Amino acid sequence: MDSEEPSIQRRTSRKSVAFTDEKLVVDADGSVTMVASPTDEIKETAQSHSARTPPLSAALGAFTDASQATHDAQDAAAAPAADDGLDLSLMKKKKKKVKKEDDADAAAADAPAAEGDGAIDLTMKKKKKKKVAKEDDEFAKKLEALNLEGKEGEEATPEEDEQDGDMEQGTGIWAHDETKTITYNPLLSRFFALLSQKNPDHASTGTRSYKIPPPQCLREGNKKTIFANLPEICKRMKRADEHVTSYLFAELGTSGSVDGSRRLVIKGRFQQKQIENVLRTYIIEYVTCKTCRSPNTELSKGENRLYFITCNSCGSRRSVQAIKTGFSAQVGKRRKMQG
Amino acid sequence: MSIENLKTYDPFAEADEEDSGQTKQTQEYIHIRIQQRNGRKTLTTVQGIPKKFDAKKILKVVKKEFACNGTIIGDEDSKMGDVIQLQGDQRAKIKDFLTNKDDGLGLDAKTIKVHGF
Repeated sequence: MDSEEPSIQRRTSRKSVAFTDEKLVVDADGSVTMVASPTDEIKETAQSHSARTPPLSAALGAFTDASQATHDAQDAAAAPAADDGLDLSLMKKKKKKVKKEDDADAAAADAPAAEGDGAIDLTMKKKKKKKVAKEDDEFAKKLEALNLEGKEGEEATPEEDEQDGDMEQGTGIWAHDETKTITYNPLLSRFFALLSQKNPDHASTGTRSYKIPPPQCLREGNKKTIFANLPEICKRMKRADEHVTSYLFAELGTSGSVDGSRRLVIKGRFQQKQIENVLRTYIIEYVTCKTCRSPNTELSKGENRLYFITCNSCGSRRSVQAIKTGFSAQVGKRRKMQG
Repeated sequence: MSIENLKTYDPFAEADEEDSGQTKQTQEYIHIRIQQRNGRKTLTTVQGIPKKFDAKKILKVVKKEFACNGTIIGDEDSKMGDVIQLQGDQRAKIKDFLTNKDDGLGLDAKTIKVHGF
């Protein structure tokens, strides 16, 4: 558990709302183009979201790699063709990476591999082993998990390929008549591998973060901030401009107006990061579905002047608080005396 | 051995005073807001501190602790109650103060909402 925990922890603590790393360029005619500008923070999150499934299946491939290297060809032949094909396609992908230092017969070895039959010659096996070693950093997490597991597991052997066998082919500890207790970690990795394999879209949609273009903030004079791409962000979130605007004003404790080209003029000096934070809380509060965390929701004014969020993907409906300004202190010039 | 679900508890009975008071308090959020003044100066306002605390005494302690000035704004006409207004961005500090059990108010962090950027 402890080895799997960090990744799960990260998944929960990660910001659910990310701003795209593309720089947005708004043309004069209103067309929007995105220019990629890599930012390490955002890139990290993007990577962790998009590549959530591949590592699992890749790890699965790694397991089969190792076992195929150690197990005899008979096992490989016994494997179901469909499963093998899936694995081998992944292997092929990996092979491409290392192909530059491989010699030409790797390509020749590729062809039978793609067919998914048991005719795997020795040279290919060797290559596979090499590959596993090469991609060590990629599977470092997985290996670490296995090492940790080996440390605490009583009867689990430290050797990686001996320990977990081939879950696809039902060998090693996955054999049908195997009586050895399977420890938690291989079971967990098997569960996730199977989950991502059986329904690949399920895992990918569940963990993807919601991306909106970053707010563009300009300074007008000394005391005002222009929030340039508010209409675009609102369109992305499918919310009314006025709703977002009133939320922004309530949160920032200020006021403002909309200028001729529908840009928002906010009184006070605000940086892009600050606006981003407020937008993030807005999205958490008013955009994402609390049940399925999907941003595909609609805000509507229901009966009794209450606002409701209806989720389009899971159909749940919940009420949200109306935006309240709350107390705002008197700043600047003194209020005119009453009476 | 007793069955957990079949306790002698009447679910239709009126909730006792203590209970209803507690739930009401959780719904009443304490709002901590920030407001920009001129330049890089800010104000922090704390709204909705429970009535059982004396705002004046809180202010006295807080002013000393945060080394800032502050005031209490009584809003009789609106229902906002007493609002503590502090100079500068004291949001994190006041939140710590409100939640601290030892030398603070020991409030539940869930009842506190921090607004602003």
